[in-house]
Amino acid sequence: MKRDLLLFISFSLLVMVAPQLFSGGYLMNVLVFVGINTMLAIALNLLLGYAGQISLGHAGFFGLGAYLSGILTATYGVNPWIAMPVAAVVVGCLAGLIGFPILKLKGHYLAMATLGLGIIMYIVFNETVELTGGPSGLSGIPNLKIAGVTFDSDVKNYYLIWGVTLAVMLFSLNLANSRVGRALRAVHDSEVAAQVLGVNARLLKVQIFALSAVISSLAGSLYAHTMTFISPASFGFNFSIELLTMVVIGGLGSIYGSFLGAALLTLLPEILRGANDYDIIIYGSLLIVMVMYMPGGLVRGIPILFRKIVRKGEGDHA
Amino acid sequence: MLEVSGITQIFGGVTALDAVSFSMSKGDITGVIGPNGAGKTTLFNIITGIYHQTAGSVLLEGKDVSGFPPERLARLAMVRTFQNIELFGGMTVLENVMVGMHTGSSAGLLACALKTPWSISEERRIRNGARKWLEFAGIIDLADHTAGSLPFGKGRLLEIARALAVEPRIILMDEPAAGLNSQETVALAQLIKRIRALGITVVLVEHDMELVMDICDRIVVLNLGRKLAEGTPREIQGSPEVIAAYLGDDD
Repeated sequence: MKRDLLLFISFSLLVMVAPQLFSGGYLMNVLVFVGINTMLAIALNLLLGYAGQISLGHAGFFGLGAYLSGILTATYGVNPWIAMPVAAVVVGCLAGLIGFPILKLKGHYLAMATLGLGIIMYIVFNETVELTGGPSGLSGIPNLKIAGVTFDSDVKNYYLIWGVTLAVMLFSLNLANSRVGRALRAVHDSEVAAQVLGVNARLLKVQIFALSAVISSLAGSLYAHTMTFISPASFGFNFSIELLTMVVIGGLGSIYGSFLGAALLTLLPEILRGANDYDIIIYGSLLIVMVMYMPGGLVRGIPILFRKIVRKGEGDHA
Repeated sequence: MLEVSGITQIFGGVTALDAVSFSMSKGDITGVIGPNGAGKTTLFNIITGIYHQTAGSVLLEGKDVSGFPPERLARLAMVRTFQNIELFGGMTVLENVMVGMHTGSSAGLLACALKTPWSISEERRIRNGARKWLEFAGIIDLADHTAGSLPFGKGRLLEIARALAVEPRIILMDEPAAGLNSQETVALAQLIKRIRALGITVVLVEHDMELVMDICDRIVVLNLGRKLAEGTPREIQGSPEVIAAYLGDDD
């Protein structure tokens, strides 16, 4: 318990001092995306890594949050601080309603159903042109403001996004190590045994699906208010798959793993930019190698790798 | 305590159970025995809400609970274990038993995630309760091990400890001695007797006759989906029909 808290405090401190270490404006912008993607990966991980239920449509919930916030503020002039929770509640209720029938499905069938859900939302963002602006996007979304400070620079946005990301992390860490988190993992390992012990697996799955959608919606709203412009291209099927990759590469069932996966997959394309046309090949190969040699994800693989290197080093001295 | 009346189960064209009726008294250890294919496990799955019977009803303390899902039966203090143990393999031994305290606790998703003072104190109560049941089952030294890494015999004890954490009034065990060596079986017999001493009604399906005859107060014999006999261990041992069903009929 104490160790968990210490780890979280150290991580938070690192996040807070990071802007002092890297002062480049562009890198700040990338780190803002790492924060948003961390929230999204955590949201999906709660569903996939803890409850064992897949979703290939999470980019849709992310987009829905972004569009609801964007439309309410840019078109109807609603205060962003009101638009965000409104969007989250709408998305949560919607996910709960859809979740009841959809979460009866298991495995591949659930994957297909959520895939369809994501595609439907993507089509809606594209086709409801009067509301969303269609493929050319929605612009003029206001920045968030608090006590006279407008979040309009990369550094300010960094602190805003990471403040919320840290809150989401703490929330999820607490949840994972609680009565509800254990019930989720129990459903994952043996649904029938969990039910026999009194866990209402169906209701729990719907609850976590809705919570996961709410966190994704929140990330979407923050994305809309920091970018001030959104278009459907950011919320398509490809991004749902990218989120899934972050969760798996980072480590299923680990909150810090979701951060590692999100950080790697967000930073890697930037690092590989120098490799010109070969970047996609290197990116793909790296993912394959990591899944092969770190099946438990980065969060479990890195310590093992580290220990191996240390042991090898000691062996050389002897 | 528990009564089944006229339970019939038809799978496709096969009648797995044919109008089976009997009752189990409070505080007893009741054994359900019979040759392979007699319908014992099917009967267990019906009683515990995993299958839905074609006809007949299940009464728990006089209340008709036919068709209740398992999680509702757990709230009514009925719990079961499985023939090929169903542990939460990725969780620790202690956490497994803590899941057993699910019905006895109530912190919701938000209370857990926001760590309200009340949910923290409940968490402490869950942890202590779970440790108590691990001590009862004699596996407290394994508390921090991963459940998936336990040897089979210890896994069986864990599954029983986890079921007891529900604080059941009735526990159904599907072949608890299957896969255990003779020492482990003796220890299991002691454990089941200690469970009865807590006032918990025990029902078990079992093939190990020595165990059944040693610990059961009453025995129900099933054969080919029908109830063949019912009585004390002594009566069952002397019953010609039972002997015929097990050893084959000469004439």
